[in-house]
Amino acid sequence: MTEPIISIRDLTVSYGGRRVLNGVTLDVQRGEVIALLGASGSGKSTMLKHIIGLAKPDSGTIHIKGVDINRCSARELRAIRRDLGVAFQGSALFSSMSVEENIQLPLRELTTLSDPVIEIMTYIKLASVGLGEAGKMMPQELSGGMKKRAAVARATALDPEILIFDEPSAGLDPIVAAELDELILFLKRAFHMTVVIVTHEMASAFRVADRLAMLYMGSLIAVEGKETFSASSDPRIRQFLDRKPQHIAESESVQRRLRALVSLTGATE
Amino acid sequence: MSVLESIGTGVIDRLAYVGGLTNQFVQGFVALPRVLPLLGTRGRWQAAIRQMYAIGVAALPMIAIVAACAGCILAIQSATVLNKLGALQLVVNIVVIAFTKELGPLLTATVVSGRSGSAFSAEIGTMVVTEEIDALRTMAIDPIELVLAPKYIAAMIVVPCLTIMSSFFGILAAGAFMYISAHMTFPIYFQYVTQAIVLHDVFTGLLKSLVFSTIIVQVGCMEGFRVAGGPEAVGKSATSAVVKSTLLVIFADLLITAVFYMMGTN
Repeated sequence: MTEPIISIRDLTVSYGGRRVLNGVTLDVQRGEVIALLGASGSGKSTMLKHIIGLAKPDSGTIHIKGVDINRCSARELRAIRRDLGVAFQGSALFSSMSVEENIQLPLRELTTLSDPVIEIMTYIKLASVGLGEAGKMMPQELSGGMKKRAAVARATALDPEILIFDEPSAGLDPIVAAELDELILFLKRAFHMTVVIVTHEMASAFRVADRLAMLYMGSLIAVEGKETFSASSDPRIRQFLDRKPQHIAESESVQRRLRALVSLTGATE
Repeated sequence: MSVLESIGTGVIDRLAYVGGLTNQFVQGFVALPRVLPLLGTRGRWQAAIRQMYAIGVAALPMIAIVAACAGCILAIQSATVLNKLGALQLVVNIVVIAFTKELGPLLTATVVSGRSGSAFSAEIGTMVVTEEIDALRTMAIDPIELVLAPKYIAAMIVVPCLTIMSSFFGILAAGAFMYISAHMTFPIYFQYVTQAIVLHDVFTGLLKSLVFSTIIVQVGCMEGFRVAGGPEAVGKSATSAVVKSTLLVIFADLLITAVFYMMGTN
Protein backbone atom coordinates (compact mmCIF):
# COMPACT_ATOMS: atom_id res chain seq x y z
CA MET A 1 0.00 0.00 0.00
CA THR A 2 1.68 3.20 -1.11
CA GLU A 3 1.98 6.06 1.34
CA PRO A 4 -0.79 8.61 1.00
CA ILE A 5 0.32 11.92 -0.47
CA ILE A 6 -1.61 13.92 2.14
CA SER A 7 -2.04 12.47 5.60
CA ILE A 8 -4.12 14.31 8.19
CA ARG A 9 -4.28 12.97 11.73
CA ASP A 10 -6.52 14.23 14.54
CA LEU A 11 -6.67 17.77 13.24
CA THR A 12 -8.25 19.92 15.94
CA VAL A 13 -8.85 23.64 15.53
CA SER A 14 -10.69 26.13 17.73
CA TYR A 15 -11.42 29.78 17.07
CA GLY A 16 -12.22 31.92 20.08
CA GLY A 17 -13.42 29.04 22.22
CA ARG A 18 -15.48 27.49 19.44
CA ARG A 19 -14.39 24.07 18.20
CA VAL A 20 -14.24 24.28 14.39
CA LEU A 21 -12.52 21.00 13.56
CA ASN A 22 -12.80 17.96 15.78
CA GLY A 23 -10.02 15.43 15.42
CA VAL A 24 -10.30 15.08 11.64
CA THR A 25 -8.36 12.17 10.18
CA LEU A 26 -8.07 11.72 6.42
CA ASP A 27 -5.71 10.14 3.90
CA VAL A 28 -5.55 11.36 0.33
CA GLN A 29 -4.01 8.89 -2.09
CA ARG A 30 -1.70 9.97 -4.86
CA GLY A 31 -3.52 10.58 -8.14
CA GLU A 32 -7.05 10.59 -6.75
CA VAL A 33 -9.65 13.32 -6.86
CA ILE A 34 -11.31 13.80 -3.49
CA ALA A 35 -14.23 16.15 -2.89
CA LEU A 36 -14.61 17.75 0.53
CA LEU A 37 -18.28 18.40 1.13
CA GLY A 38 -20.15 20.01 3.94
CA ALA A 39 -22.70 22.61 4.88
CA SER A 40 -21.67 26.23 5.42
CA GLY A 41 -19.85 26.45 8.72
CA SER A 42 -18.94 22.76 8.78
CA GLY A 43 -15.23 23.58 8.77
CA LYS A 44 -14.31 22.92 5.12
CA SER A 45 -12.57 26.24 4.52
CA THR A 46 -10.71 25.98 7.82
CA MET A 47 -9.56 22.50 6.90
CA LEU A 48 -8.37 23.74 3.54
CA LYS A 49 -6.46 26.61 5.11
CA HIS A 50 -4.65 24.18 7.35
CA ILE A 51 -3.86 21.74 4.55
CA ILE A 52 -2.17 24.49 2.54
CA GLY A 53 -0.23 25.56 5.60
CA LEU A 54 -1.70 29.02 6.15
CA ALA A 55 -2.69 28.30 9.74
CA LYS A 56 -1.42 26.11 12.56
CA PRO A 57 -3.83 23.73 14.29
CA ASP A 58 -4.33 23.41 18.02
CA SER A 59 -3.33 19.76 17.78
CA GLY A 60 -2.92 17.07 15.17
CA THR A 61 -0.57 16.66 12.25
CA ILE A 62 -0.69 17.19 8.51
CA HIS A 63 1.86 15.33 6.43
CA ILE A 64 2.29 16.22 2.79
CA LYS A 65 4.57 13.84 0.88
CA GLY A 66 5.81 12.56 4.20
CA VAL A 67 6.76 15.98 5.60
CA ASP A 68 4.99 17.40 8.67
CA ILE A 69 4.20 20.87 7.36
CA ASN A 70 3.87 22.44 10.80
CA ARG A 71 7.19 21.19 12.13
CA CYS A 72 9.46 21.29 9.11
CA SER A 73 12.12 23.83 8.17
CA ALA A 74 11.38 26.86 5.98
CA ARG A 75 13.30 25.27 3.11
CA GLU A 76 11.26 22.06 3.29
CA LEU A 77 8.05 24.09 3.41
CA ARG A 78 9.09 26.00 0.30
CA ALA A 79 9.76 22.72 -1.52
CA ILE A 80 6.33 21.38 -0.51
CA ARG A 81 4.62 24.60 -1.63
CA ARG A 82 6.22 24.28 -5.05
CA ASP A 83 4.31 21.04 -5.50
CA LEU A 84 1.05 22.49 -4.23
CA GLY A 85 -1.14 24.56 -6.52
CA VAL A 86 -4.03 26.44 -4.95
CA ALA A 87 -7.00 28.07 -6.67
CA PHE A 88 -8.73 30.29 -4.11
CA GLN A 89 -12.46 30.83 -3.87
CA GLY A 90 -12.23 34.48 -4.83
CA SER A 91 -9.52 33.73 -7.40
CA ALA A 92 -7.07 35.97 -5.50
CA LEU A 93 -5.52 37.20 -8.74
CA PHE A 94 -2.95 39.92 -8.18
CA SER A 95 -4.85 43.04 -9.17
CA SER A 96 -1.73 45.06 -9.98
CA MET A 97 -0.68 42.58 -12.70
CA SER A 98 -2.17 41.38 -15.98
CA VAL A 99 -3.44 37.81 -16.36
CA GLU A 100 -0.19 36.71 -18.01
CA GLU A 101 1.91 38.33 -15.32
CA ASN A 102 -0.17 36.50 -12.72
CA ILE A 103 0.69 33.15 -14.31
CA GLN A 104 4.30 34.18 -14.83
CA LEU A 105 4.87 35.17 -11.21
CA PRO A 106 5.36 31.66 -9.78
CA LEU A 107 7.45 30.74 -12.83
CA ARG A 108 9.68 33.77 -12.40
CA GLU A 109 10.02 33.41 -8.66
CA LEU A 110 10.48 29.68 -8.27
CA THR A 111 12.27 28.62 -11.44
CA THR A 112 15.37 29.75 -13.30
CA LEU A 113 13.73 29.47 -16.72
CA SER A 114 14.49 32.19 -19.26
CA ASP A 115 11.89 34.77 -20.27
CA PRO A 116 10.99 33.28 -23.71
CA VAL A 117 10.40 29.86 -22.13
CA ILE A 118 8.26 31.41 -19.42
CA GLU A 119 6.18 33.24 -22.02
CA ILE A 120 5.57 30.01 -23.95
CA MET A 121 4.62 28.12 -20.79
CA THR A 122 2.26 30.92 -19.76
CA TYR A 123 0.51 30.79 -23.11
CA ILE A 124 0.14 27.01 -22.87
CA LYS A 125 -1.40 27.25 -19.40
CA LEU A 126 -3.79 30.00 -20.47
CA ALA A 127 -4.79 28.16 -23.61
CA SER A 128 -5.52 25.01 -21.61
CA VAL A 129 -8.15 26.89 -19.64
CA GLY A 130 -9.50 28.69 -22.67
CA LEU A 131 -7.96 32.08 -21.91
CA GLY A 132 -5.35 32.08 -24.66
CA GLU A 133 -6.43 35.51 -25.93
CA ALA A 134 -6.96 37.10 -22.52
CA GLY A 135 -3.33 37.28 -21.43
CA LYS A 136 -2.95 41.04 -21.57
CA MET A 137 -6.20 41.78 -19.73
CA MET A 138 -6.24 42.97 -16.14
CA PRO A 139 -8.11 40.91 -13.50
CA GLN A 140 -10.68 43.70 -13.06
CA GLU A 141 -11.71 43.29 -16.70
CA LEU A 142 -12.47 39.59 -16.45
CA SER A 143 -15.83 37.95 -15.87
CA GLY A 144 -16.34 35.65 -12.88
CA GLY A 145 -15.79 32.52 -14.93
CA MET A 146 -12.67 33.90 -16.56
CA LYS A 147 -11.24 34.84 -13.18
CA LYS A 148 -11.75 31.31 -11.88
CA ARG A 149 -10.11 29.86 -14.99
CA ALA A 150 -7.18 32.25 -14.64
CA ALA A 151 -6.80 31.15 -11.01
CA VAL A 152 -6.71 27.51 -12.16
CA ALA A 153 -4.09 28.37 -14.80
CA ARG A 154 -1.96 30.04 -12.14
CA ALA A 155 -2.39 27.09 -9.77
CA THR A 156 -1.12 24.70 -12.47
CA ALA A 157 1.72 26.98 -13.62
CA LEU A 158 4.44 24.90 -11.99
CA ASP A 159 2.77 21.56 -12.85
CA PRO A 160 2.26 20.73 -9.19
CA GLU A 161 1.61 17.25 -7.87
CA ILE A 162 -1.27 18.38 -5.71
CA LEU A 163 -4.01 20.77 -6.74
CA ILE A 164 -6.34 22.36 -4.22
CA PHE A 165 -9.56 24.01 -5.37
CA ASP A 166 -11.70 26.07 -3.03
CA GLU A 167 -15.25 26.12 -4.43
CA PRO A 168 -14.28 26.01 -8.11
CA SER A 169 -17.84 26.15 -9.46
CA ALA A 170 -19.28 28.69 -7.06
CA GLY A 171 -21.00 31.51 -8.93
CA LEU A 172 -20.45 30.01 -12.38
CA ASP A 173 -23.09 29.23 -14.96
CA PRO A 174 -23.63 25.49 -15.56
CA ILE A 175 -21.74 25.42 -18.88
CA VAL A 176 -18.61 27.04 -17.49
CA ALA A 177 -18.88 24.87 -14.38
CA ALA A 178 -19.02 21.77 -16.57
CA GLU A 179 -15.96 22.99 -18.50
CA LEU A 180 -14.06 23.35 -15.24
CA ASP A 181 -15.09 19.81 -14.27
CA GLU A 182 -13.71 18.56 -17.59
CA LEU A 183 -10.48 20.43 -16.92
CA ILE A 184 -10.09 18.80 -13.51
CA LEU A 185 -10.64 15.35 -15.03
CA PHE A 186 -8.14 16.15 -17.77
CA LEU A 187 -5.51 17.22 -15.25
CA LYS A 188 -6.01 14.04 -13.30
CA ARG A 189 -5.78 11.77 -16.33
CA ALA A 190 -2.98 13.54 -18.17
CA PHE A 191 -0.72 14.53 -15.30
CA HIS A 192 -1.84 12.15 -12.53
CA MET A 193 -2.39 15.16 -10.32
CA THR A 194 -3.93 14.64 -6.93
CA VAL A 195 -6.87 17.01 -6.62
CA VAL A 196 -8.66 18.14 -3.48
CA ILE A 197 -11.86 20.05 -4.17
CA VAL A 198 -13.85 21.83 -1.52
CA THR A 199 -17.36 22.20 -2.85
CA HIS A 200 -21.03 21.95 -2.16
CA GLU A 201 -21.99 21.53 -5.79
CA MET A 202 -23.17 17.92 -5.72
CA ALA A 203 -23.30 17.56 -9.50
CA SER A 204 -19.64 18.58 -9.90
CA ALA A 205 -18.55 16.48 -6.96
CA PHE A 206 -20.17 13.34 -8.32
CA ARG A 207 -18.79 14.05 -11.77
CA VAL A 208 -15.13 14.44 -10.93
CA ALA A 209 -14.44 12.85 -7.57
CA ASP A 210 -13.17 9.34 -6.87
CA ARG A 211 -14.07 9.69 -3.21
CA LEU A 212 -16.27 12.07 -1.29
CA ALA A 213 -15.53 13.20 2.25
CA MET A 214 -18.26 14.90 4.24
CA LEU A 215 -17.72 17.27 7.13
CA TYR A 216 -20.52 17.90 9.61
CA MET A 217 -20.00 20.47 12.38
CA GLY A 218 -16.26 19.95 12.39
CA SER A 219 -16.18 16.17 12.26
CA LEU A 220 -15.55 13.93 9.28
CA ILE A 221 -18.63 11.71 9.14
CA ALA A 222 -18.01 9.85 5.89
CA VAL A 223 -15.25 9.14 3.38
CA GLU A 224 -16.71 6.96 0.65
CA GLY A 225 -16.77 6.26 -3.04
CA LYS A 226 -19.61 7.67 -5.11
CA GLU A 227 -21.98 4.68 -4.97
CA THR A 228 -21.62 4.09 -1.23
CA PHE A 229 -22.03 7.80 -0.55
CA SER A 230 -25.19 8.24 -2.58
CA ALA A 231 -26.69 5.12 -1.02
CA SER A 232 -25.91 6.28 2.53
CA SER A 233 -28.66 6.13 5.11
CA ASP A 234 -27.03 8.64 7.49
CA PRO A 235 -29.68 11.38 7.95
CA ARG A 236 -27.11 14.18 7.83
CA ILE A 237 -25.76 12.94 4.51
CA ARG A 238 -29.25 12.33 3.18
CA GLN A 239 -30.30 15.87 4.07
CA PHE A 240 -27.31 17.19 2.16
CA LEU A 241 -27.88 14.95 -0.85
CA ASP A 242 -31.64 15.37 -1.03
CA ARG A 243 -31.46 19.15 -0.51
CA LYS A 244 -33.83 19.09 2.45
CA PRO A 245 -33.97 22.51 4.12
CA GLN A 246 -33.40 22.77 7.86
CA HIS A 247 -36.49 24.68 8.90
CA ILE A 248 -39.49 24.79 6.66
CA ALA A 249 -41.35 28.09 6.92
CA GLU A 250 -44.91 26.88 7.05
CA SER A 251 -47.17 29.05 4.99
CA GLU A 252 -49.93 28.85 7.65
CA SER A 253 -47.77 30.28 10.43
CA VAL A 254 -46.49 33.06 8.13
CA GLN A 255 -50.06 33.96 7.19
CA ARG A 256 -51.12 33.96 10.83
CA ARG A 257 -48.30 36.36 11.65
CA LEU A 258 -49.17 38.64 8.75
CA ARG A 259 -52.82 38.75 9.84
CA ALA A 260 -51.78 39.60 13.38
CA LEU A 261 -49.53 42.42 12.13
CA VAL A 262 -52.26 43.79 9.86
CA SER A 263 -54.82 43.81 12.71
CA LEU A 264 -52.30 45.58 14.98
CA THR A 265 -51.92 48.46 12.57
CA GLY A 266 -55.69 48.66 12.22
CA ALA A 267 -55.58 48.57 8.44
CA THR A 268 -58.28 46.70 6.58
CA GLU A 269 -57.28 43.54 4.76
CA MET B 1 -12.71 40.35 36.85
CA SER B 2 -13.64 41.75 33.47
CA VAL B 3 -11.80 45.05 34.11
CA LEU B 4 -8.65 43.10 34.91
CA GLU B 5 -9.26 40.91 31.87
CA SER B 6 -9.60 43.90 29.58
CA ILE B 7 -6.46 45.52 30.98
CA GLY B 8 -4.62 42.25 30.51
CA THR B 9 -5.89 41.80 26.97
CA GLY B 10 -5.00 45.41 26.19
CA VAL B 11 -1.43 45.02 27.43
CA ILE B 12 -0.98 41.74 25.58
CA ASP B 13 -2.37 43.26 22.37
CA ARG B 14 0.00 46.22 22.58
CA LEU B 15 2.98 43.99 23.32
CA ALA B 16 1.97 41.79 20.41
CA TYR B 17 1.83 44.89 18.19
CA VAL B 18 5.31 46.03 19.20
CA GLY B 19 6.59 42.47 18.82
CA GLY B 20 4.99 42.12 15.42
CA LEU B 21 6.43 45.46 14.32
CA THR B 22 9.93 44.45 15.44
CA ASN B 23 9.59 41.08 13.74
CA GLN B 24 8.45 42.76 10.53
CA PHE B 25 11.32 45.24 10.72
CA VAL B 26 13.87 42.45 11.04
CA GLN B 27 12.30 40.44 8.21
CA GLY B 28 12.19 43.54 6.02
CA PHE B 29 15.81 44.34 6.79
CA VAL B 30 16.87 40.77 6.00
CA ALA B 31 14.98 40.93 2.69
CA LEU B 32 16.70 44.16 1.60
CA PRO B 33 19.68 42.51 -0.17
CA ARG B 34 17.19 40.75 -2.47
CA VAL B 35 15.86 44.11 -3.68
CA LEU B 36 19.20 45.52 -4.79
CA PRO B 37 19.73 46.21 -8.50
CA LEU B 38 22.29 43.63 -9.58
CA LEU B 39 22.52 41.31 -6.61
CA GLY B 40 18.81 40.93 -5.94
CA THR B 41 15.96 38.84 -7.35
CA ARG B 42 14.78 39.93 -10.77
CA GLY B 43 12.00 42.45 -10.86
CA ARG B 44 12.46 43.69 -7.31
CA TRP B 45 14.62 46.69 -8.14
CA GLN B 46 12.13 47.79 -10.83
CA ALA B 47 9.40 47.61 -8.19
CA ALA B 48 11.59 49.72 -5.91
CA ILE B 49 12.05 52.33 -8.63
CA ARG B 50 8.28 52.54 -9.17
CA GLN B 51 7.91 53.08 -5.43
CA MET B 52 10.58 55.79 -5.50
CA TYR B 53 8.45 57.63 -8.02
CA ALA B 54 5.24 57.19 -6.02
CA ILE B 55 6.73 58.05 -2.61
CA GLY B 56 9.26 60.67 -3.65
CA VAL B 57 8.84 62.29 -7.04
CA ALA B 58 5.06 62.51 -6.84
CA ALA B 59 5.28 64.07 -3.38
CA LEU B 60 7.61 66.88 -4.46
CA PRO B 61 4.93 69.46 -5.40
CA MET B 62 3.23 69.09 -2.03
CA ILE B 63 6.56 69.16 -0.16
CA ALA B 64 7.58 72.29 -2.04
CA ILE B 65 4.33 74.10 -1.25
CA VAL B 66 4.22 73.05 2.41
CA ALA B 67 7.87 73.91 3.00
CA ALA B 68 7.64 77.25 1.19
CA CYS B 69 4.60 78.27 3.22
CA ALA B 70 6.22 77.14 6.47
CA GLY B 71 9.40 79.00 5.57
CA CYS B 72 7.49 82.20 4.86
CA ILE B 73 5.45 81.89 8.04
CA LEU B 74 8.54 81.29 10.16
CA ALA B 75 10.34 84.22 8.56
CA ILE B 76 7.39 86.55 9.09
CA GLN B 77 6.84 85.55 12.71
CA SER B 78 10.49 85.76 13.71
CA ALA B 79 10.99 88.99 11.77
CA THR B 80 8.16 90.64 13.71
CA VAL B 81 10.06 90.10 16.96
CA LEU B 82 13.61 90.53 15.71
CA ASN B 83 12.81 93.80 13.96
CA LYS B 84 12.12 95.37 17.36
CA LEU B 85 15.55 94.20 18.54
CA GLY B 86 17.19 95.53 15.39
CA ALA B 87 18.53 92.07 14.52
CA LEU B 88 16.58 91.33 11.36
CA GLN B 89 19.35 89.34 9.69
CA LEU B 90 19.03 86.71 12.43
CA VAL B 91 15.84 85.61 10.70
CA VAL B 92 18.12 83.76 8.28
CA ASN B 93 19.78 81.85 11.12
CA ILE B 94 16.45 80.92 12.62
CA VAL B 95 15.01 79.64 9.36
CA VAL B 96 18.15 77.72 8.44
CA ILE B 97 18.56 76.03 11.82
CA ALA B 98 14.85 75.29 12.21
CA PHE B 99 14.56 73.73 8.77
CA THR B 100 17.75 71.68 8.70
CA LYS B 101 17.32 70.34 12.21
CA GLU B 102 13.57 70.01 12.65
CA LEU B 103 11.09 71.37 10.14
CA GLY B 104 12.64 69.71 7.12
CA PRO B 105 12.47 66.15 8.46
CA LEU B 106 9.21 66.65 10.36
CA LEU B 107 7.20 68.30 7.57
CA THR B 108 8.49 65.74 5.08
CA ALA B 109 7.53 62.89 7.42
CA THR B 110 4.03 64.30 7.88
CA VAL B 111 3.48 64.67 4.14
CA VAL B 112 4.90 61.23 3.31
CA SER B 113 2.92 59.60 6.13
CA GLY B 114 -0.32 61.09 4.87
CA ARG B 115 0.36 60.33 1.22
CA SER B 116 2.22 57.05 1.28
CA GLY B 117 1.64 55.59 4.76
CA SER B 118 -2.11 55.43 4.17
CA ALA B 119 -1.57 54.15 0.61
CA PHE B 120 0.58 51.28 1.89
CA SER B 121 -1.93 50.14 4.47
CA ALA B 122 -4.87 50.44 2.07
CA GLU B 123 -3.04 48.55 -0.69
CA ILE B 124 -1.79 45.76 1.55
CA GLY B 125 -5.06 45.64 3.49
CA THR B 126 -7.00 45.14 0.27
CA MET B 127 -4.56 42.40 -0.76
CA VAL B 128 -5.23 40.67 2.57
CA VAL B 129 -9.01 40.89 2.09
CA THR B 130 -8.86 39.48 -1.46
CA GLU B 131 -6.56 36.64 -0.27
CA GLU B 132 -3.72 37.84 -2.52
CA ILE B 133 -1.31 37.70 0.44
CA ASP B 134 -2.42 34.13 1.17
CA ALA B 135 -1.90 33.28 -2.50
CA LEU B 136 1.67 34.63 -2.31
CA ARG B 137 2.39 32.50 0.76
CA THR B 138 1.06 29.34 -0.89
CA MET B 139 3.36 30.07 -3.85
CA ALA B 140 6.30 30.17 -1.42
CA ILE B 141 6.79 33.87 -2.16
CA ASP B 142 7.53 35.97 0.92
CA PRO B 143 5.02 38.85 1.01
CA ILE B 144 7.54 40.92 3.00
CA GLU B 145 10.10 40.58 0.23
CA LEU B 146 7.68 41.24 -2.63
CA VAL B 147 5.58 43.98 -1.08
CA LEU B 148 7.39 45.61 1.84
CA ALA B 149 11.09 45.53 0.97
CA PRO B 150 10.85 47.55 -2.30
CA LYS B 151 8.84 50.21 -0.46
CA TYR B 152 11.36 50.26 2.37
CA ILE B 153 14.46 50.70 0.24
CA ALA B 154 12.66 53.28 -1.91
CA ALA B 155 11.62 55.27 1.16
CA MET B 156 15.12 55.17 2.64
CA ILE B 157 16.48 56.66 -0.58
CA VAL B 158 13.85 59.29 -1.41
CA VAL B 159 12.72 60.56 1.99
CA PRO B 160 16.15 62.03 2.86
CA CYS B 161 16.14 63.61 -0.61
CA LEU B 162 12.70 65.08 0.06
CA THR B 163 13.96 66.37 3.42
CA ILE B 164 16.78 68.25 1.72
CA MET B 165 14.31 69.61 -0.85
CA SER B 166 11.93 70.78 1.86
CA SER B 167 14.73 72.62 3.66
CA PHE B 168 15.71 74.13 0.32
CA PHE B 169 12.22 75.39 -0.46
CA GLY B 170 11.70 76.65 3.08
CA ILE B 171 14.92 78.65 3.04
CA LEU B 172 14.16 79.91 -0.49
CA ALA B 173 10.71 81.11 0.54
CA ALA B 174 12.19 82.90 3.58
CA GLY B 175 14.63 84.55 1.18
CA ALA B 176 11.73 85.81 -0.92
CA PHE B 177 10.20 87.31 2.23
CA MET B 178 13.49 88.98 3.20
CA TYR B 179 13.71 90.46 -0.29
CA ILE B 180 10.19 91.83 -0.15
CA SER B 181 10.30 93.17 3.40
CA ALA B 182 13.95 94.05 4.03
CA HIS B 183 15.07 94.41 0.41
CA MET B 184 17.79 91.87 1.04
CA THR B 185 19.15 90.83 -2.34
CA PHE B 186 19.61 87.15 -3.05
CA PRO B 187 23.43 87.13 -3.16
CA ILE B 188 23.53 88.65 0.34
CA TYR B 189 20.80 86.28 1.55
CA PHE B 190 22.69 83.34 0.12
CA GLN B 191 25.86 84.50 1.91
CA TYR B 192 24.02 84.67 5.24
CA VAL B 193 22.53 81.22 4.62
CA THR B 194 25.91 79.63 3.94
CA GLN B 195 27.27 81.23 7.09
CA ALA B 196 24.31 79.96 9.14
CA ILE B 197 24.26 76.36 7.91
CA VAL B 198 25.97 73.92 10.21
CA LEU B 199 26.80 70.60 8.53
CA HIS B 200 26.20 68.77 11.76
CA ASP B 201 22.60 70.04 11.75
CA VAL B 202 22.09 68.83 8.20
CA PHE B 203 23.33 65.37 9.20
CA THR B 204 21.07 65.30 12.25
CA GLY B 205 18.17 66.17 9.98
CA LEU B 206 19.07 63.38 7.56
CA LEU B 207 19.43 60.88 10.38
CA LYS B 208 15.97 61.84 11.60
CA SER B 209 14.56 61.47 8.10
CA LEU B 210 15.96 57.92 7.86
CA VAL B 211 14.35 57.00 11.19
CA PHE B 212 11.07 58.63 10.17
CA SER B 213 10.97 56.84 6.81
CA THR B 214 11.50 53.51 8.59
CA ILE B 215 8.62 54.27 10.95
CA ILE B 216 6.26 55.31 8.15
CA VAL B 217 6.94 52.24 5.98
CA GLN B 218 6.85 49.72 8.83
CA VAL B 219 3.70 51.09 10.49
CA GLY B 220 1.91 51.54 7.15
CA CYS B 221 2.64 47.99 6.05
CA MET B 222 1.93 46.55 9.50
CA GLU B 223 -1.53 48.10 9.58
CA GLY B 224 -2.17 46.64 6.15
CA PHE B 225 -1.07 43.12 7.07
CA ARG B 226 -3.20 43.19 10.22
CA VAL B 227 -6.47 43.91 8.39
CA ALA B 228 -9.22 41.43 9.18
CA GLY B 229 -12.61 41.99 7.63
CA GLY B 230 -13.84 44.00 4.69
CA PRO B 231 -13.69 47.51 3.27
CA GLU B 232 -14.42 49.15 6.61
CA ALA B 233 -11.40 47.44 8.14
CA VAL B 234 -9.24 48.65 5.25
CA GLY B 235 -10.41 52.21 5.80
CA LYS B 236 -9.70 52.00 9.52
CA SER B 237 -6.24 50.65 8.82
CA ALA B 238 -5.43 53.66 6.64
CA THR B 239 -6.49 56.05 9.42
CA SER B 240 -4.60 53.98 11.97
CA ALA B 241 -1.45 53.98 9.85
CA VAL B 242 -1.36 57.77 9.57
CA VAL B 243 -2.21 58.37 13.23
CA LYS B 244 0.25 55.82 14.61
CA SER B 245 3.10 56.78 12.31
CA THR B 246 2.64 60.50 13.02
CA LEU B 247 2.72 59.84 16.77
CA LEU B 248 5.73 57.53 16.54
CA VAL B 249 7.54 60.05 14.34
CA ILE B 250 7.12 62.83 16.88
CA PHE B 251 8.18 60.53 19.73
CA ALA B 252 11.24 59.50 17.78
CA ASP B 253 12.01 63.14 17.06
CA LEU B 254 11.88 63.93 20.77
CA LEU B 255 14.05 60.94 21.57
CA ILE B 256 16.73 61.78 19.02
CA THR B 257 16.75 65.45 19.99
CA ALA B 258 17.04 64.53 23.68
CA VAL B 259 19.87 62.09 23.01
CA PHE B 260 21.85 64.67 21.05
CA TYR B 261 21.19 67.25 23.74
CA MET B 262 22.44 64.98 26.49
CA MET B 263 25.46 64.01 24.43
CA GLY B 264 26.22 67.72 24.36
CA THR B 265 26.42 67.86 20.59
CA ASN B 266 23.09 69.58 20.05
